[in-house]
Amino acid sequence: MTGPVAFNVNGAAVSVVVSPVARLLSVLRDELGLTGAKSGCDAGDCGACTVLLDGESVCACLVPAASVAGRAVRTVEGLANGRLSALQNAFLRHGAVQCGACTPGLLMSATALLERTPHPSMSEVEDALGGVLCRCTGYRKIIAAVMDVGGGQAGCTPSVPPMSSGGGEQRSVSGKAVGTSPIRLDGVPKVTGAERFGGDSFPRDALAVLVVRSPFHHASFVFGDLDTFVADHPGVVGVYTAADIPGRNRFGVIPAFADQPALAEGKARFRGEAVAVIAGERDAIAAIDSADLPVRWSEWLHSVVPREDGDLVHQDRPGNLLIRGFVERGDPDGAIAAGACVVSGSMHTAYVEHAYIEPEAGFARMDGDTLVITVCTQAPYMDRDDTAAILGLPPDRVRIVPTATGGGFGSKLDLSVQPLIGLVALKTGRPASLAYSRQESMMSTTKRHPAAMRATIASDASGAVTGMVFEGVFNTGPYASWGPTVANRVPVHACGPYFTPNYRAEGRAIHSNGPISGAFRGFGVPQATIMQETLYDELASKLGVDRLELRLKNALRNGCETATGQRLNEGVGIAQCLEALSPHWRRALADAERVNTGRPLMRRGVGIASCWYGCGNTALPNPSTIRIGVAPDGAVVLHQGAVDIGQGSNTVIAQIAADTLGLPLAALRLVGADTALTPDAGKTSASRQTFVTGKAALKAASALRGQILRAANVSDAARFRFDGQTLVIREGDAVRRLGLDELPLDSMGYVFCAEATYDPPTTTLDGRGQGSPYAVYGYGAQIAELEVDLELGIVKLIKITAAHDVGKAINPMLAEGQIEGGIAQGIGMALMEEYIPGRTENLHDYLIPTIGDVPPIETILVEVPDPEGPFGAKGLGEHVLIPTAPAILNAIRHATGVLVTTLPATPSRIRAAMKAAQV
Amino acid sequence: MTRYAKPTSLEDAVALLGEGDWTILAGGTDFYPALGSKPLRCNVLDINALGELRGVTKTDQGIRIGALTTWTEILRADLLPGFDALKQAAREVGSIQIQNCGTVAGNLCNASPAADGIPPLLILGAEVELASMGRTRKLPLGDFIRGNRKTALVPGELLTAIYIPGAATDGRSAFLKLGSRRYLVISIAMVAARIVADAEGRIVNAAVAVGSCSEVARRLTNLENRLVGMPLDIDPCALIEAETLDELSPIDDVRGSADYRREAARVLIARCIRGAAGAYSKPAEQTNRGVA
Repeated sequence: MTGPVAFNVNGAAVSVVVSPVARLLSVLRDELGLTGAKSGCDAGDCGACTVLLDGESVCACLVPAASVAGRAVRTVEGLANGRLSALQNAFLRHGAVQCGACTPGLLMSATALLERTPHPSMSEVEDALGGVLCRCTGYRKIIAAVMDVGGGQAGCTPSVPPMSSGGGEQRSVSGKAVGTSPIRLDGVPKVTGAERFGGDSFPRDALAVLVVRSPFHHASFVFGDLDTFVADHPGVVGVYTAADIPGRNRFGVIPAFADQPALAEGKARFRGEAVAVIAGERDAIAAIDSADLPVRWSEWLHSVVPREDGDLVHQDRPGNLLIRGFVERGDPDGAIAAGACVVSGSMHTAYVEHAYIEPEAGFARMDGDTLVITVCTQAPYMDRDDTAAILGLPPDRVRIVPTATGGGFGSKLDLSVQPLIGLVALKTGRPASLAYSRQESMMSTTKRHPAAMRATIASDASGAVTGMVFEGVFNTGPYASWGPTVANRVPVHACGPYFTPNYRAEGRAIHSNGPISGAFRGFGVPQATIMQETLYDELASKLGVDRLELRLKNALRNGCETATGQRLNEGVGIAQCLEALSPHWRRALADAERVNTGRPLMRRGVGIASCWYGCGNTALPNPSTIRIGVAPDGAVVLHQGAVDIGQGSNTVIAQIAADTLGLPLAALRLVGADTALTPDAGKTSASRQTFVTGKAALKAASALRGQILRAANVSDAARFRFDGQTLVIREGDAVRRLGLDELPLDSMGYVFCAEATYDPPTTTLDGRGQGSPYAVYGYGAQIAELEVDLELGIVKLIKITAAHDVGKAINPMLAEGQIEGGIAQGIGMALMEEYIPGRTENLHDYLIPTIGDVPPIETILVEVPDPEGPFGAKGLGEHVLIPTAPAILNAIRHATGVLVTTLPATPSRIRAAMKAAQV
Repeated sequence: MTRYAKPTSLEDAVALLGEGDWTILAGGTDFYPALGSKPLRCNVLDINALGELRGVTKTDQGIRIGALTTWTEILRADLLPGFDALKQAAREVGSIQIQNCGTVAGNLCNASPAADGIPPLLILGAEVELASMGRTRKLPLGDFIRGNRKTALVPGELLTAIYIPGAATDGRSAFLKLGSRRYLVISIAMVAARIVADAEGRIVNAAVAVGSCSEVARRLTNLENRLVGMPLDIDPCALIEAETLDELSPIDDVRGSADYRREAARVLIARCIRGAAGAYSKPAEQTNRGVA
């Protein structure tokens, strides 16, 4: 059914021989090698494949090849004409690019707009870009970039410059890079389409891999005659099942709990669990429906909600209990009994899907006897070790080469395609490639834990919190993944950044046959904070005090002990965040009162919520290692293994290294994460990279600087630079030159080289959860202003004002980008996101915020330095999402008088709550 | 082995259709999502080369919307204010990318209960033209949509055009779509209304249709009849209060509860009638947003 199709791409005539029904997207990517347009959903739901067809934006995944015959197609690769276009430049300058997976679609949509409407209004920009989903940025910087090119006003509130607060002293002197916002070092390829994500560099001769998955939540299965299946399908080279796995068919991010098979063994415990892979030539695999494989299924009873008294998901885990986390301090029951004011409540949250725009993808090949897996990931070394164990290989015979990663948010910490393609490459000796469809990505990878929580908080008559009890049941799905982390992290954080002398919190991770719950920006803390922060509003209302003042009164201060008994001597910035918000709070309340006058059907509401979050693993070792070498040609090579999933570690770690060395940022050459080339910088998770890997970079840079100064026999006050093969050292007026070619090379070919490891000082938690689980905490608070259509229950966000204590903003624009993106995810969690297996396995039934759903965001960067962090920096990536949902729920309550206690707060649920309360 | 054909005349197209089972490929915006990542195992009749199915034209039978007309073409067509509801719906279909490819006719043939095109065409008294070998028939849109994903198309038949009778294009119209996010959203409920008033400002004709609140979008004829004779500036709430709205049979789903849909429909109906009536006092070219 194939035939030639001739058309024009980016000004050049092309002709391809393809099926007339082939999607234009696959023609561009697979036939023409133009991988700039991304495959995010194959259904027109995400817009990542937007290209221009005769000047009009279309989703290339929905256009038949036959329809482009004789027409002109423009892709992101055609935007730069020797130099970047004004729009590409603006995207970089405004920080409108994070992971970059949606960027090509946004650039093409905006190009179509600007060619038709050179000076668009903000609503025209939103309309034009409304068809492209972005999960990282929160859209505001994108709007600003397009408006800038159009000569319009920037679409976002200008940022307030970082505020410096007293207390603590910076441990190093800032040079030229730290504290500034250079264009991200990995930015240019993200706007030209040259960036290679997981699915963008498959070898042409790679076998395609099709995964056969359970259509049932719980089922046993038996395979039919697989040999006959292979024989009947020319081009298929093999079908592999659990029986073919050479190593230990159990993996898990936390080794002690590893329980997940790479391919299920006779029994599937959730819908979407992989049971077999079919490998073959690309065309042969394309002709197969995974349901063609002979599998006899027997469906079993299942529960997608956790039942502690239900049928066991694992026979060796009674009560379906994976783990219980617990923290207790003082006498909480006594404090509540004696409380002058006591409030209680419950809260239910949903499965939330990460919905990064890039579904999991990668390819595996043999390089001699080493299995090389090129894949999008957040955790190359964990991938390596777990994949090696599954495949029965020593870890050093597996090499993980991370590609650019199109968003992760926690889910790309777990294995997905790695063992499957690794198995095929190992069995066949041929490269094997696999890109998940959106549906299989959504079905088979981890989600945010649904939580069923209840809590009670007591205060004295003045509003000082005296005690709290919290209990949360977290639906951890059928396998452990990060369930233990959630169960342990939640009890530490469930009191919020407030002094709570009497406290008991318990988190239980309970198995079900729902999707696997794992890591998602905040590890359960966002859920727990919704419980706690909505109760704080109730407490304020019962006490008749201002909601911000109540929070400020109870805020942790330097010298306070946390609920785990950890004494925080320095760097506690929550009060500064709340104080920074105070004028905005008063203004917002006054605005609400003014606009609500005489408007019976529309009500403005204002809400506030805080967060705190410990950076790095909870009470566990968590090292990062950084290596920096000087090559004989004078190149300063930074082996930067902290995977950049869009958040900016490629840039931030380099900024820290550059200033510590005393060299300009431009002097560094980056070697990106690769288990063969970069030491282990740990996983990109737990808001740890700026803090932990940044500190390792600081230590390595310091050591390298020391080596160089010692070699030149100069004091620490000296400065140096490399002028080609010459080291130029200046101390006072004296200048010395040292030829690098005179120096001996080490085993890696460097003349100077330093490697340093940093592991945050923490302690384990005792039986009552007492100890110092984190070395650094970050803090923040946000105000949500919104309007509720009282008749329809629709929420329209007006503005979010966010104050976050980052210790030191190494790169203020990237920090703002984290804040805006986290807020967008918080908005989704609060108002629209609910993953239901079997029902919302696509991006039109599972809703994430579009460009029209994120209001202007005003960011206030608060800098209360932490003595432990590099340059005083704290983590930020997860903190930013935590306050948004509770601030929105509190604002909805302020507007309507009702608290929605089941998330998301859809219009239907808001109206139901109003009716139940007879508002 | 599957077949693919891209005929260049309607005659050839219907001749092929008579030969067997085909899936029609037009704008592709429903075809490809339905295919997903599965292999193509149906015969595909690509109608994109049928020039006679393109565009919006004035005929002696009213306005003809060819089956290949996209939502963007509707938005750019020069049409009377009675079509404002259809244009407002066009702006709310998916995204601009979808509007540039997706066809109005395909939206009808896909027959989703949440099809954005159906309520605004119901209030325009739209008819569909169905062609097969040696036969062409017309059906009112309300008879064409038979259920959730069910139409009156019989094997061998192709929807070739949508007709809006001249008399149905009078007056002013409005469309409101309610969803949980701003763009790329499937509606929880939607309403289209068209109001025709006389020189004295009395309503002489009214058409109101509700989508996503029943298997098939429905006209509310009782309410329409009660609107006739009322002044343009009537508050429709009281009228709607008195209606049982038995035409609607909303369901509970992930987007909203049945109770909520019933309640929201009432609110949207009132607002939409007000919007259509209010358009009489606005300049004709001003088109409001169709988002609730």
